[in-house]
Amino acid sequence: MAGSGNARITNPRWLLAELTYRCPLQCPYCSNPVDFAQHLDELGTEDWLRVLSEARAMGAVQLGLSGGEPLTRPDLAILVRHARQLGYYSNLITSGQGLTEERIVELREAGLDHIQISIQSPEKTLNDQLAGTESFENKKAVARLVKKHGYPMVLCVVIHRQNIHQMREILEMAIELQADYLELANTQYYGWALLNRAQLLPTRAQFEEAEAIAQDYKARLQGRMKIYYVVPDYYEDRPKACMNGWGTTFLTIAPDGLALPCHAARDLPGLNCPNVRDMSIEDIWLHSEAFNHFRGEDWMREPCRTCPERTKDFGGCRCQAFQFTGDMNATDPVCGLSPHRALVDRVIRATESGEQAPAGQPLTFRNTRNSRLLATD
Amino acid sequence: MALDPNSVFQFSPTHRLQWEETQQKHVILYPEGLVELSDSAAEILKLCDGTRDLSEMVTALENKFETTDLMDDVAEFLEAALHNGWIRERSHH
Repeated sequence: MAGSGNARITNPRWLLAELTYRCPLQCPYCSNPVDFAQHLDELGTEDWLRVLSEARAMGAVQLGLSGGEPLTRPDLAILVRHARQLGYYSNLITSGQGLTEERIVELREAGLDHIQISIQSPEKTLNDQLAGTESFENKKAVARLVKKHGYPMVLCVVIHRQNIHQMREILEMAIELQADYLELANTQYYGWALLNRAQLLPTRAQFEEAEAIAQDYKARLQGRMKIYYVVPDYYEDRPKACMNGWGTTFLTIAPDGLALPCHAARDLPGLNCPNVRDMSIEDIWLHSEAFNHFRGEDWMREPCRTCPERTKDFGGCRCQAFQFTGDMNATDPVCGLSPHRALVDRVIRATESGEQAPAGQPLTFRNTRNSRLLATD
Repeated sequence: MALDPNSVFQFSPTHRLQWEETQQKHVILYPEGLVELSDSAAEILKLCDGTRDLSEMVTALENKFETTDLMDDVAEFLEAALHNGWIRERSHH
């Protein structure tokens, strides 16, 4: 099998269960695939229960219940209860739309460990505009209810050019809502975010100013609020350690049952990702071609193959390599040592000069209609 | 930051300490986090039940493992655990 070499296969520890692609929001930076409307045939309850059991037996313990909006699944509490009985630490990753106090209590009793709520902006108009729906007041009310019912409360704000100037207000909002954790996630350019990159990528000056504010608050809030700051890798000189190494730690199951080594891997050509409808999690993790393809180092080329940093960043992101170079085996082009770094710099330069995002160019919102239109292009 | 000798320590109610059969290790679980523990770290954390102060924990561990001189190691670990938010400290009296 390509790439596996002599790499020892570790157990999966994180399972991301994308329960559905349905979502009441339309965020233009959504990480779901642009053609999600082609994959709406969701796994049923029995399949999900089996997936949870099999992945737990393999060692998965951190469970993200995501989507789309996972609250659109009427069987959510059943899945949460099963997850708790198996010993998972479970996290609901939600927009908050549809999260009533009754449901918060029901999920708590079922054994849900924490809730992560996304907020698009600390300002109502921008929040509602980015979400594509009026949702701001509800999100804040839900955040307070989550806190009231004793969950650790995690706020997630995705950062991009439309809201990066609000970094200070974002942090103040998190303090006001008494968030225990704040995830400041600079947009990663996959799926819908890649489609809208010209309008979303901040300039280096914007990014540096915002980061300084975030780091200042992070130091001051030490012990009160934990801040996870996800860097925008275009402005780094080395690639992210994507997925902590392919097939070492993370397992994503998409709504249609596709098993993915990372949640964007559906777009990689010829990877033949397996489906849980056809294979057990054990077979998928240990024996499938897709999960072995980039395991270990045998697949690497120069400059990665002999690079002393290859054990730290694992050659970076395969999806980003494919996006920029058309070759998923290439070194992640954000790396300063990549022969393709100029392709990333070109995108940054276009952002700086403003030529990539003419004023008024609309964002393409993530919804079923746009997904169908784009998939048939 | 030295530990207060009168403090007792309690494992954080927003974290979970759990034995993982597949890893043959104890782990701490919290939002976006998973820490795999050494056996000795797990032994210390299991004693963080809100009733013992530092010297009582050291005595319990020295008895259990039939050894001495654990004070510095235990104190160092507890300080790190406090810093990471795994345990909470409160006054005994």
